[in-house]
Amino acid sequence: MATGIRDKVAIVGMGCSRFGERWDQGPDDLMVEAFGEALKDAGIERDRIEAAWLGVFYQEQSTSKSGLPLSMALRLPNVPVTRVENLCATGTEALRGAVYAVASGAVDIALAMGVEKLKDTGFGGLPERPKGTFEDLWQPGFTPPGAFAQLGAAYAARHGLSIDELRRAMAHVSVKSHANAVDNPKAHLRNRITVDQVLNAPMVAFPLGVFDCCGVSDGAACAIVTTPEIAASLGKRDHVTVKALQLAPSNGAEMGHASWDGSYTPTTRLAAQRAYREAGLSDPARQLGLIEVHDCFSVTELVVMEDLGLSAPGRAPADILDGRYDRDGAIPCQTDGGLKCFGHPVGASGLRMAYEIYTQLLGRAGTRQIGAPSIGLSHNLGGIPNRNVASIAIFGLNQV
Amino acid sequence: MTRGLSSLGIYLPRRRLARQAIADALAWRMQSAAARGERAYGNWDEDALTMAVEAGRVALRSQADVTGVTFASTTHPFLDRSNAGLVAEALGLPAALSTQDVGGSQRAATSALRALLEGHAPATLLVAADRRATKPGSVQESSYGDGAVAAVVGDTATLAEYLGGYSENIDLVDHYRSAGHEYDYALEERWVRTEAWGVFVRRAVQGLLTQIGLAPDDVARVVLPAPKAVADSVLRTLGLSHATLADAFYDRVGDTGVAHPMLMLAGALDAVATGDVVLLIGFGQGVDALAFRAGAACSGQPVTPLSAALGSGVTDRAYVRFLSHAGALELDWGMRSERDARTAHSAHYRKHTVLNGFTGGRCTACGTVQFPPAPACVNPDCRAFAPQTAIRLADIPATVKTYTEDWLAYSPAPPLVYGNVAFEGGGNAFIEFTDVDPGEVSVGAHLTFAFRIKDVDRARGFHRYFWKATLRRS
Repeated sequence: MATGIRDKVAIVGMGCSRFGERWDQGPDDLMVEAFGEALKDAGIERDRIEAAWLGVFYQEQSTSKSGLPLSMALRLPNVPVTRVENLCATGTEALRGAVYAVASGAVDIALAMGVEKLKDTGFGGLPERPKGTFEDLWQPGFTPPGAFAQLGAAYAARHGLSIDELRRAMAHVSVKSHANAVDNPKAHLRNRITVDQVLNAPMVAFPLGVFDCCGVSDGAACAIVTTPEIAASLGKRDHVTVKALQLAPSNGAEMGHASWDGSYTPTTRLAAQRAYREAGLSDPARQLGLIEVHDCFSVTELVVMEDLGLSAPGRAPADILDGRYDRDGAIPCQTDGGLKCFGHPVGASGLRMAYEIYTQLLGRAGTRQIGAPSIGLSHNLGGIPNRNVASIAIFGLNQV
Repeated sequence: MTRGLSSLGIYLPRRRLARQAIADALAWRMQSAAARGERAYGNWDEDALTMAVEAGRVALRSQADVTGVTFASTTHPFLDRSNAGLVAEALGLPAALSTQDVGGSQRAATSALRALLEGHAPATLLVAADRRATKPGSVQESSYGDGAVAAVVGDTATLAEYLGGYSENIDLVDHYRSAGHEYDYALEERWVRTEAWGVFVRRAVQGLLTQIGLAPDDVARVVLPAPKAVADSVLRTLGLSHATLADAFYDRVGDTGVAHPMLMLAGALDAVATGDVVLLIGFGQGVDALAFRAGAACSGQPVTPLSAALGSGVTDRAYVRFLSHAGALELDWGMRSERDARTAHSAHYRKHTVLNGFTGGRCTACGTVQFPPAPACVNPDCRAFAPQTAIRLADIPATVKTYTEDWLAYSPAPPLVYGNVAFEGGGNAFIEFTDVDPGEVSVGAHLTFAFRIKDVDRARGFHRYFWKATLRRS
C-alpha cells in the first residue's frame, strides 16, 4: 500500500535568481545564479548531486530541448539529467522528479532546477507557440490572458455578480501582491499600485486589464533535496520536508463536457483533496500558514481560493476584500509578490513558490517575514482553465 | 420535362460601407457629388468560398437532397484545389457527389445555370459568389459589393420554371483581370453601353423571345445586371417598360459580380406572381439570356431569403477597416502575427469531415455529444472506448458558457473574441467568434456558426478554414 511522499524527503538548499528583464543574462547565467545560492545554502559540494531534473517550458526561446542545458551550464559530472515540461506546473514537476528519486532510494541527493528566459521573444507577453498539427486547425488563437479571462465572465454569471463587482475584488488581489513585492529584493515589479489604477488600466482581455496580468520575466529557481537523515548529517537542525506533491491534469472534460461551467478549476480541487490527504491536513484553512498560488491573472487567484477550499463557494470576492489573504490576514497569500510581481519565468515558477515557502518556514524572509508559519502550500495551474495541469505541493517545517 | 429552380439562398456580409465614407476619405483627391448608398463587404475571414457556403446552407434548408455542387466565381480562393468540393464538405454533403468550379467571366453563373437547366441532373446546387478586390480610389471600389447566391436547379420548379435560353460569345473586352493581377481594368462605360449592351444584349433578348414565342409585352421582369442608365437604354431599345426592370440593389449591396444576376433574379421572383415571365441576362464577353415563368410559390410577396439578407447589414463608415479587410492596406499587426500557420495536410485530411463539416461525435455507450470526436468518451462518468457516431454541429444552435474579448491576441479584426460554448442537445467546444463587436457577447447569448477562414499561411500561400460562432441576430 502506497504511503505517499509525506516527510520522506527534505529540502536542504534552495536558490532563486533575481526575476525580471534580465537582458544581460542568458538561461545558463540564471541557472548558475540560482544554483550558487542553493549550493551554499545546502553546504555541499557540487559533485554530491547524483541526479538532476530540469524544468523549462519554452525551450524554443532559450535553452533548447533535453537535459543538456542544465548539465552543461553547471558542468555537472555527467550525472543523469532529465528535462521535464508540464506547462506552468513545470517547476513543480522538476521538483517531483527529484523528490521521487530520493524517496525511491535510487539517489541520496538530487537537484531540481527550473528556468525560463522569456525576454528574448522580442515582444511583450508570452511567446506564441504552435499547439500541434490538429489543435491549431480548430482551437482559437488564444493568448493566456484571454484564456484565463474566461473564468471571469463565468464566475460572475454563476454567482450573480456584476463584472464591476468582480473586478473590484480582482483589483484587491493585484494591489495586495504589489504591496508584498515591495519587500522582496528579487521581485520583478516592486511598486505599489492603487485599486483605481487597476480598474482604469487598458483592457488586455475582458475583464482583465493590464494590472490583472502577471509579469513576464526571466529567472531560475532550484532546490537540492535529500533524505531527512542526510539533512541531519549535514547539520540542518530545522529542515523543511515535502509533505505532499500532487498533480491533476485535465482529461478533456472542462473543454468538452457540460459538467464544467467555466467558473472554477476542477483539477485544482482534485489536486488539493489529494494533497491535503497526503500531507495529513484535516483543516487546511487553519493549518496552512501561507500559500503561494498560481496568480497568473488576478481572476485565477480569486477562483483558486475556492478551489483550494479556503473560501466557501461564492465567497472568494468578499474574503479577498476583507483582507483574508493579505500579508496580515488569516492565510497570507503571495507574500513574495506572487507571479504577479515576483514574476513568471514559467519553468521556474513552481520552484520559486517553493523557495518563498521554504524561506518563510525557516524565518529568513526579512522584512516580509510573516511570523512563524509551519506549513505552506504552493499551487500551479499550467495551461488554460479549460485544459490544464494543476499541481499542489505542501511543505512543512520539521524542528529538531 | 419541367426544369427550374426550387430554392434560393442568399448571403451578404454584415458590414455595408457607406459610399460617402469612401468619398470623404478621398475628397482631397477628387471633388465628387454626394455618394449614394452603401456596398456590402466581407470580414477579413470571408471570401467567395465562405460566402458560397452560407448561401448554400440557406438554399439547402428547403431542399437538402442534391447530387451535385457547381461553384461559379471569378474569385475562387484556389486556382488548383476544388473550391466546390470544399463548399460541399462544409455543407455536409455526402462524398458521392458531382462537383465543379466554373469561372472565367461575369457570365459564369448564368452559363452554368443554363447548362444545368438543359441537363438532366434531378437537383444540383449552383452557388455563385464573388469577392473582387478593388483598387483604392477606383470606381469599382464604390460600385462593387461582396455576396453570394445559391440555387437548387433541377426537376422541381416551385420558384421558377425554365422556358429557354439563348447565348452569344463575343470577345468584347469591357474589363478584364489577367492571371496574377489583383484588380480589374475597366474601359469606358459609354463604349460598352453602345457597342455591347446596345447591340448584342438587345439581339440576345430578341433572339430568346422569338425562340420561346413570346413578345416584349409578355415580360413582367428583366434582370439586367448593368448600371441603371445602361439598363434603361436597353429596355428602351427593346420596347420594354421601365417598370419591368429588376432592382439591382446598388444602394444596399453593390455589384456582386458573378452572383449579381442571381441576386437580382431573387428580387424579381419576390416581386412577381405565379405565371409571370422573368428574363435573366448574364453579360461578359457575350451574353446569356434565360427565360423563366414564375413558379407556384410566387405571389407578389417575398418568397426568397433576399429581404433577410438585405436586412442583416449594419452601416459602416470605417474606410480604413474596409481597406484592411479587403487586403488593400497592410496594417502592422505586430510580431504575434508572425506565428507560423503551416498546415500538416495529412493531419488535416485525417480530420477533414470533422473540420470542414464541423462534425462531432456521439458516444455509442452513453450518448454524449462531443467535439472533437475522440477514441474515448469525454463524459467523466463514461470515458468508454466506444465508437462515436458522426453528428454535424454546424447547424445546431448553441449558447455562450463563457468568453473573452482579447485585445492582445493577433486578429485582423480585433479584439479576438472566443469562448466556451454549449450546443443544444449536448456538445461543448472552445471556439472563435466572428462578426461580433466589443460588448455584444454575454454569457447565455444564443449562437449560430459560420464557415470562415481560420488562419492564413503567408509563407506558403495557403489559408485554412474552420467554423466560428456568431451571434444569432434574428
